[in-house]
Amino acid sequence: MESLVYIALFAPFVGSLFAGLFFARSPKSILVGVVNPALIGVSFLASVALAMHVAEFGAVHVTMMDWISMGGLNIPFGFLVDEVSVTMMLVVTLVSTVVHIYSNGYMDHDKSFNRFFAYLSAFVFSMMILVMSDNLAGLFIGWEGVGVCSWLLIGFWYHKEDKPFEENPSISPSWAANEAFIMNRIADLGMLVGIFLIYWNVGSLQYNVVFDALPNLADGLLVGIAIALFIGAMGKSAQFPLHTWLTDAMEGPTPVSALIHAATMVTAGVFLVIRMSPLYSMEAVSGVSMFIAALGTFVAFYAASMALIARDIKRIVALSTLSQLGYMFAAAGLGAYWIALFHLAAHAFFKALLFLGAGNVMHAMDDELDIFKMGGLRKVMMGSYIYMGIASIALAGLPFFAGFYSKDAIIETAFNEGTYLIWIMLVITAGMTAFYSFRQVFFSFHGEERWKPLGFNPHDMYKYVLVAMAPLAILAISFGWFMDGYKAFITKNLPAYEMSDHTHHIAWLLGALVVLFAVIGIWIAYRKYAGKGAMAWQRDEKVENSFIYKLLENQYYVPHAYDRFIVQPYIVASDKFWEWDNKIVDGTVDTIAKTIYDAGDKSRTMQTGNLSTYLNWMGAGALLLIVAAAISAVIG
Amino acid sequence: MIGVSHYLILSGLLFSIGFVGVLRRKNLLMLFFATEIMLNAVNIAFAAIGNYYGDLSGQMFAFFVIAVAASEVAVGLGLLIVLYKKYGSLDLEVIANMKG
Repeated sequence: MESLVYIALFAPFVGSLFAGLFFARSPKSILVGVVNPALIGVSFLASVALAMHVAEFGAVHVTMMDWISMGGLNIPFGFLVDEVSVTMMLVVTLVSTVVHIYSNGYMDHDKSFNRFFAYLSAFVFSMMILVMSDNLAGLFIGWEGVGVCSWLLIGFWYHKEDKPFEENPSISPSWAANEAFIMNRIADLGMLVGIFLIYWNVGSLQYNVVFDALPNLADGLLVGIAIALFIGAMGKSAQFPLHTWLTDAMEGPTPVSALIHAATMVTAGVFLVIRMSPLYSMEAVSGVSMFIAALGTFVAFYAASMALIARDIKRIVALSTLSQLGYMFAAAGLGAYWIALFHLAAHAFFKALLFLGAGNVMHAMDDELDIFKMGGLRKVMMGSYIYMGIASIALAGLPFFAGFYSKDAIIETAFNEGTYLIWIMLVITAGMTAFYSFRQVFFSFHGEERWKPLGFNPHDMYKYVLVAMAPLAILAISFGWFMDGYKAFITKNLPAYEMSDHTHHIAWLLGALVVLFAVIGIWIAYRKYAGKGAMAWQRDEKVENSFIYKLLENQYYVPHAYDRFIVQPYIVASDKFWEWDNKIVDGTVDTIAKTIYDAGDKSRTMQTGNLSTYLNWMGAGALLLIVAAAISAVIG
Repeated sequence: MIGVSHYLILSGLLFSIGFVGVLRRKNLLMLFFATEIMLNAVNIAFAAIGNYYGDLSGQMFAFFVIAVAASEVAVGLGLLIVLYKKYGSLDLEVIANMKG
């Protein structure tokens, strides 16, 4: 079993090195496009085998070698494959495999084809370390690794020029990459503090040791650790107020958005909370958990509201990701960890599918993102239309699709906990989700062909790419059917969350309510954007000038506020500090250098070339030394 | 009675003459003479002090200085001849060509 763990972990690493070392400077190589997906596929197969092993015999815990061992600090390179991490491994490797194959088609004409695969495989490797590590230090390494890869991949088209902030809030890919990286750095500081607190008070970072020691810690300390770790999770999972980077991260290539900013990396925050569930489910930190649930609910609603009017196809999907992450945190905060993890997996499948579908549309429309310029694409892009439709239905949560089971379970949990405010917010958000996801589908695939006058020439993606997307589509439909089996599997490790009898009794009613909201949302979207006659698609000046529309369009002015109250003052302060630095630090150093230089400049006239002058100087020096020696002899 | 102090005064005077010569003379050959005077002033002091303490090493050292001075003069005179051939003069003002 040990070798399987290493294969699952290191196959992506080998792929990354393969593409990065041997093909970094060469033009597009088919070999990279074949070998890298194959290696990720190997990793996936190893994960499947591990999952079966774990289901039968329980967790696999291997220690590869000592990593840091000095003084009282002992951190081994250990890997823990249990029910939680194997779920993540399956999700990560499966989505990665599809995305790798997809990238072959999407990045077909890009001159940095090989570099892209090197980064993408490196990301998968980092993500595997993150989920498989058996200690918090390893998790942190993976955490930073995915951050770096995310930075590399968002800024993949780093040569694109900056645009003014008013025109595009994510000024350019390199700007967006830096924004993502810096925001994550802020959050990572919180996470580091949490890890240090654990180390100081427990003396180890191994999960099992930490969990055993938790009940002996003081309540205040537990709350501190929980808050600090959650700050880290907030950054990675883009929770308010550190959320602006996720929508701006859409500047990266679409496969990256699908893999990193929808299916895997952004869910790392949720994974952290689930992994630390023994901490978050303690009585002492119930306040923090409640806050997590409340914040998650708020973000779910907040992001969904912005998605209602967004015009950029990728931003809509990104905001829906944000919203679904909110759902996951709501579930995790309420104690239903396994439901959060289930939604995480289901979401990864249908959201990756949705993103790849959006990528197909972009590819067809020559990288045009504005859905107002699309419409009627289903005639030319049947395959993508079907996939996007499936993914949207799953996202909207219509019965028998993956999203229905997982989202419904979260909403049921909120009801069961008696937190009715959270419950009603989540139900309303479910309706909004259905509306905006179908708004996007209707906008791009139904109605008039608005692209015709604009001179676009759309065509569907390569056949093999569409075939490669099929596993995601199948899972987006069917993943929910395995809910009971998954529950039996996962609750060996995570606390089983059971609905009370009362909730159980009216579960069908709650589900029906959610479905009703979703159907209403879809119906409104259909009437407005895909219907015929006067109600059909048209822009409404009055609505677009209204306060709420402006508020939503500008993302509640949060990016503006950040720019105005953080970025601009920071620039001003930096300029001031730069001036001070010039005067004080540089000034001191410069003065020393200038003094020496001046002394040299003055004394160089001594060198006349005339031996007599030199001898005079030498004589003067000799006399001086004798006098000095005499004086010191007299004094001494 | 001539004591060690007389020798030392003589040595000091000779050394000063040589020193001033080194500082003031402009002709390289004269500079050589001046350095020879200084060396020999030191030799007198060595010999006198060696005698005063009854220690032979002073006189021994004087011999060393004479030997070194002889070889120095041999090499130095050779260089002076080359210099004279090159510049047609041994005046320091004339051969100064390394200005800073």
